[in-house]
Amino acid sequence: MELLVSAGGGAVQKSRWLPVHTAAVYAFLYLPIVTLIVYSFNGAGVGGFPPRNLTLNWYRILLQDEAIWVSVQNSLIVAVAAVGIALGFGIPAALALDRADFPGKALFRRLVLLPLILPGIITGLSILMLVNVAQVKLSLATIILGHGTALISVATTEVFAGLQKLDRAQEEASLDLGANYWQTFWRVTLPNLKLPIIGAALLIFTLSMDEIAVSFFLIGRDNTLPLEIWGRLRRGITPEINAISTVLFVFSLLAIVGWYRLRAGSTGPREVDQLGL
Amino acid sequence: MFSRAYKLAVALPPLAWVTLFLLVPYLLMFCYSFWAVASGNVVHQWNLGNYHDLLVKDVYRETLLRSSWIAARVTLFALLLGYPLAYFLSFYAGARKDLFYQLVIIPLWVSYLVRAYAWKTILGTDGVLNTLLQFFHITQHPVDSLLYSPFAVVLTLTHIYTPFVVLPIYAAMEHIPRNLVEASHDLGASPMQTFWRVIFPLSAPGMIAGATFAFVLSLGDFLAPQLLGGPSGIMISNIVVSLFGAAYNWPLGAAISFCILVLVVSLLALAERLEKKWSYS
Repeated sequence: MELLVSAGGGAVQKSRWLPVHTAAVYAFLYLPIVTLIVYSFNGAGVGGFPPRNLTLNWYRILLQDEAIWVSVQNSLIVAVAAVGIALGFGIPAALALDRADFPGKALFRRLVLLPLILPGIITGLSILMLVNVAQVKLSLATIILGHGTALISVATTEVFAGLQKLDRAQEEASLDLGANYWQTFWRVTLPNLKLPIIGAALLIFTLSMDEIAVSFFLIGRDNTLPLEIWGRLRRGITPEINAISTVLFVFSLLAIVGWYRLRAGSTGPREVDQLGL
Repeated sequence: MFSRAYKLAVALPPLAWVTLFLLVPYLLMFCYSFWAVASGNVVHQWNLGNYHDLLVKDVYRETLLRSSWIAARVTLFALLLGYPLAYFLSFYAGARKDLFYQLVIIPLWVSYLVRAYAWKTILGTDGVLNTLLQFFHITQHPVDSLLYSPFAVVLTLTHIYTPFVVLPIYAAMEHIPRNLVEASHDLGASPMQTFWRVIFPLSAPGMIAGATFAFVLSLGDFLAPQLLGGPSGIMISNIVVSLFGAAYNWPLGAAISFCILVLVVSLLALAERLEKKWSYS
């Protein structure tokens, strides 16, 4: 820490344009978000400067918009189920990558992680072809299959990172003291992985709520929220879309704050992991 | 320490699931790319016709080149915006480092689609930017070329992928031992020399990870071009979408998708080799 301070003050000279650049990049990142929120209160539509006729009307319309709330409900169902599938297979996958050796392990690792970086259209389309060959009808279930499978990558990355920090001696002690593997898993391994698992669940939930490329091809009759919004964007836009986006943003912020409270309570300084590839 | 049964129990279920729902679909896509469409139906007639079409028809090559050019610009701009930001975060943010870091993450929690839509409301003919320019009498008439152009697509995708570029670069910089920076200074290097000879090379693996991410994901994007690109901003995935929709030619769509898949996997392999080569530990 001492070195860090001296590096900040001495070895690396302060430059004048760096803070300006940083402020400009933050402005660029937040400009659309601020615009979005401001115009959700704009009586005169989605554009037009300055905003005029400030109103809560769009929120009122939103409240009464049944199609939106049905799609929110669908998205929630999909997200919860996707979390279940992704954790259900992602946790054992991380354990397998950490402690088992089997033929094709390297290929398995790459395959699991591939959807993380592959454009969603490829994963969505290939699952669509499987669904088509198997003659399964498209529905929320096919979207769940797509999200769950693609997001195993996130669960595996997070839990694997957690396993690297796990103290093996605890598990060893549990086994030595006569607990079987099953008991050791539930009583020692899993509790120690609580934070990475909750973190992964939150991330998977959010990514699923927002996912559109995979859903785009696996959608049946029931829309998820992003697809509902997508449909409306093509018909013409009103600040109602700003309103629903603002509501979601507020919920996301609350989730982040909650997550950091939880994490700050149980661990030391945060460690930044790379994107897992 | 772990028995064979334990290893089997943890490896088999994910192995089976991933094989069935990822490997088999990708292979199926490969098979589809050799099939054909006859009188509105997919027929299992193995042939190279789709790949032949991709090679000889200009529209596919041109669209792929345009998409790569858009993705390359997005990558470049995201690096130009993101690298100094990561540098600031890691070396200058001091006690407020955590806050500044969170400020990079928070935009990621706003839906991708919604952010693209927000840019649409900013760039449109009656959009925020045009009316603002007219309000301050900078222009008399709306600037039409903002929306529905490759520019709008590049701008939106740069906005979306800049945080993804910042994060790995920041992570790489955080792993640079501070005593190396200190040593460089003590041995008489100027701040500029320290940056170019110590910090920049050591942050290269993070740059590669971020650049790969930005390039690959913007290359395969179809939502931003469809929403903001107009006819001149069509990208390769838009062609795939139409082949799987109205144009109904799944085999040709599968062939294009498979080419994208191969391109992405090769880029990843290349990036991985470069990251290994340039990482110091």
